[in-house]
Amino acid sequence: MSIAAKANALWEYANPRKFLATSERVMPFFWITSIACIVIGLVWGFFFTPDDYKQGSTVKIIYLHVPAALMAINCWLMMLATSLVWLVRRHHVSALAARAAAPVGIVMTLIALATGAIWGQPMWGTWWAWDPRLTSFLILFLFYLGYVALWEAIEDPDTAADLTSVLCLVGSVFAILSRYAVNFWNQGLHQGASVMRAAAITGTDTEEKVSNIYFYPLLLCIIGFVLLFIALVLYRTGTEIRARRIKALLARERVNG
Amino acid sequence: MIPDLGKYADTVMWSYIVSIGLLVVLVAFSVMRGRKVRAELEKVEDRMTRHG
Repeated sequence: MSIAAKANALWEYANPRKFLATSERVMPFFWITSIACIVIGLVWGFFFTPDDYKQGSTVKIIYLHVPAALMAINCWLMMLATSLVWLVRRHHVSALAARAAAPVGIVMTLIALATGAIWGQPMWGTWWAWDPRLTSFLILFLFYLGYVALWEAIEDPDTAADLTSVLCLVGSVFAILSRYAVNFWNQGLHQGASVMRAAAITGTDTEEKVSNIYFYPLLLCIIGFVLLFIALVLYRTGTEIRARRIKALLARERVNG
Repeated sequence: MIPDLGKYADTVMWSYIVSIGLLVVLVAFSVMRGRKVRAELEKVEDRMTRHG
């Protein structure tokens, strides 16, 4: 099959029945592997890694803070991609997938903000600072809330999908800023990326690189969070598709008396 | 069994409690709503099939 044909085959999943049938089949894999990766990663990190020479045992927060922060940003980017598909091709499943992902993004952002504050208190001497990265993350959190509120506030699902997609486009600025704010402004308390960065991964930067002792369990936690995100979005999109079908059937019932 | 977390024990434990708690609530809420919607859809489809 050519690449173009493969890409075209992707659009088959815009069919709700096809999407539901495929997601039901693959979901057990995502649930099981995500839970396994998270449990093994957290147990490994919590029980079997040493304290950091500077940060003491607080380094163990990295196994939750970094994966949650990564997913908070990437969840919004996934919502951006599906919103664009909705705006361009009007596939309902993609709009519903964005809607289904938003609460997952809220929880990931909340975990990143909460663990960041708890970690920041002993390390920086404050729970919160109006630092570029922290502030853009807080604004991203508010965008998530606004996105969910907008979906709930508008009766017509197509209008809601249109308006939330535009909101998603605007909010993407903050999703990107929360990743690169440190590089743009070069100030604030929060450090730059020390995990998912080319120089850190290849090992050419040894000063800011997270030691391999912490990196391997962290990588497992990151994989676990990614898989959990996929499992949750597939499951929640299925729920949104069914909820929409209920609305359509009830509307048909009303018309038919 | 729990490693010695020293003076940061509360900090680390609270991070884990808050994060795992939020994840469990998210999964539980998603599954509960999913089951409710699925049952409701079956009921509506049943009714529509019976009434033609």
